[in-house]
Amino acid sequence: MIQAINKIDIFQQLQKQIHTLQGFRTPTESQRVDFGLGIIERSFTGNIFPTGAIHELISAGREDAAATTGFMAGLLGKMMQRGGICLWISQKRTLFPPALKFFGIDPDRVVFIDVKNEKDLLWMVEESLKCQALSAVVGELKELNLTESRRLQLAVEQSRVTGLLHRLNPRRIENTACTARWKITPLASSLDPEMPGMGFARWNIELLKARNGEPGQWQLQWINGSFDYSAVKPSILSDEDQLLKAG
Amino acid sequence: MKRYVSIWFRHLITDRWVIRHPDLKDTAFVLAAPKAGRMVITAASADAEKQGILSGMVVADARAVEPNLQVFEDKPGLAARLLSALAEWCLRYTPIVAVDCDSGLILDITGCAHLWGSERAYMKDITARLRGSGYDVRAAVADTIGAAWAVCHYGRITPLIEPCKQSQAIAPLPPAALRLDAGILERMNKLGFYQIGSFISMPRSILRRRFGQQLLSRLDQALGQLTENILPVCPVEPYQERLPCLEPIRTAPAIEMALSKLLEVLCSRLLKESKGIRKVLFKAFRMDGGVQQIEIGTNSASCNQQHLFRLFQLKVSSLRPDLGFELFILEAPVVEDVEQTQETLWNISGSNDQAEIAELLDRLTGRGGMDIVHRYLPDEHYWPERSIKTATSLLDKPQTKWRTDRPRPVSLLPQPELIQVSAPVPDYPPMLFRYKGQVHKIKKADGPERIEQEWWIQDGLQRDYYCVEDENGARYWIFRLGHYGTNQPEWFIHGFFC
Repeated sequence: MIQAINKIDIFQQLQKQIHTLQGFRTPTESQRVDFGLGIIERSFTGNIFPTGAIHELISAGREDAAATTGFMAGLLGKMMQRGGICLWISQKRTLFPPALKFFGIDPDRVVFIDVKNEKDLLWMVEESLKCQALSAVVGELKELNLTESRRLQLAVEQSRVTGLLHRLNPRRIENTACTARWKITPLASSLDPEMPGMGFARWNIELLKARNGEPGQWQLQWINGSFDYSAVKPSILSDEDQLLKAG
Repeated sequence: MKRYVSIWFRHLITDRWVIRHPDLKDTAFVLAAPKAGRMVITAASADAEKQGILSGMVVADARAVEPNLQVFEDKPGLAARLLSALAEWCLRYTPIVAVDCDSGLILDITGCAHLWGSERAYMKDITARLRGSGYDVRAAVADTIGAAWAVCHYGRITPLIEPCKQSQAIAPLPPAALRLDAGILERMNKLGFYQIGSFISMPRSILRRRFGQQLLSRLDQALGQLTENILPVCPVEPYQERLPCLEPIRTAPAIEMALSKLLEVLCSRLLKESKGIRKVLFKAFRMDGGVQQIEIGTNSASCNQQHLFRLFQLKVSSLRPDLGFELFILEAPVVEDVEQTQETLWNISGSNDQAEIAELLDRLTGRGGMDIVHRYLPDEHYWPERSIKTATSLLDKPQTKWRTDRPRPVSLLPQPELIQVSAPVPDYPPMLFRYKGQVHKIKKADGPERIEQEWWIQDGLQRDYYCVEDENGARYWIFRLGHYGTNQPEWFIHGFFC
């Protein structure tokens, strides 16, 4: 029995060492951001949503892209609570800046880089991720392979900037070095049948991959400036998503 | 003690023609331009001048003297263009070069000649190079512009006038060497003043009474008692650094070394004066006379050497050295005051962040172009496309608040796109709409929010916006343009809600 407890201890210690080697660092109390994601945060190491890491968000179609943008804006809003500037790098931007205010971001604190050719886009994302002064970097790009993602991951391990990569209609989904891969799709808002109008934004959040974490699927609402996970319930991944996860 | 060089191009325009058309060498030809209905000679080659054909003659008269005379049409303004190009070329000898009338240059060489060893070697280099490229030049050096000009045009003994020897040097020269008006010269000729020396010691009041103030001031200018100003052809940049090279430089690493050396000097000077650079030009002068330049701009004033170097590094490859560069010049035409920020220990948030972000943006614009960075501020318009305006700098603060009282989509189409709808009742949201060949059944809807066209900006119909949700849960922002009435109004999709 005592041996078994020792073993668990040793496992945990070794795991911690591996995490440090992999570039994972527990944020200090002052750097810690409360995302209010509740149960979703438990999927990651240390039960914290990983900042200073690369998140990959995949969407197909404009409706999904809008939902993904909403989720990203929600995360950004939490990260930029203490001020700071965020960079939004894209080629064909459709984001409407005033909408960011609904997610607690002052749109004038976001600097948009509208890149003309795709070749420069990845270079600019990498260069921005190296800049410690930024709160976060959003990159809207299509393709990303293992080597490219590895470079970005190495950049953020140095600078501790959070990178959100939104991949719209990617042609291939390869294995990447990103910390997490998400897929967000819109869900019909729930509303009392007698009530007119539209309800709060509601999404189906799929965490397809999480480094050192557990993938999962939840439903989430955005209500008055915070994530609402009262409706959060884990659900089983579909076959198609299993394939994506295998990537 | 100032020193000036005067260079006189005796046949500037015709020499240029010979350089362009080598078969004209050693032939008598003239350039002519129409004047009062006649072709008047504006420039004559050296061979033509030997036969007595001078500029100002009518072509018909000149043809009588020399029947085989070749006549070409003169282009106005050629001399000025040529001289300013030559003046720019002469910048390698001194930073202050001025164009003199229509056939010469004045160089302020104070403190420059020792770089060539001596004034003799300096003058020899200038004249040898200019003669080598085909121009018939004379040059002279003296303490004053007037004396240098006089010796250059009329001197017969030596072009090198030693310091304080200008009065002896100009004494044997004719009065024309003083750059006087034709009327005064004629009068002096009539009175028998053939040399400057014959009136240089006369009482000033007599000279003034006879010949006017011009003679005295020209004489004073030549003797150095009255300062004469010149207008430099290329105003000297206040923030400029030069680096001449012993050996021509051809490789990129060597160019980068030269660049970082220049940047170091410039940045340390700017730092002392607490200024920062907004725009920097790096000029490279090639052996064959070509000038190449690269330019960078910054989003906020900076005197950070490494940062500026990195911005240049992206562009160094665009320089084409060919035979090699012999001189580099770094100038900062636009500088601004910067506030010195203290080095912060905790670089998490603070004023240093601003500088770091500005540097990042400089790098990004250096690669992608100046127009890729956008930042938005709220504008007081309800019309969605006009509700934002672009900010001019990183420090602009919003004048009004960002509005959140009305729903706005996260994703807005650049142009509203036409959709087909079926609406049950006018002024109700539609039941279904067709967008890109797909039918969306509307389950929930909000609205309408009427946004009127701002008539003082643009004419047009008002929009009635609805937020709708289809059976899949996707949310859209659609609008109807105009009323139901005689015409069926059109519907558009304008955005996507998250």
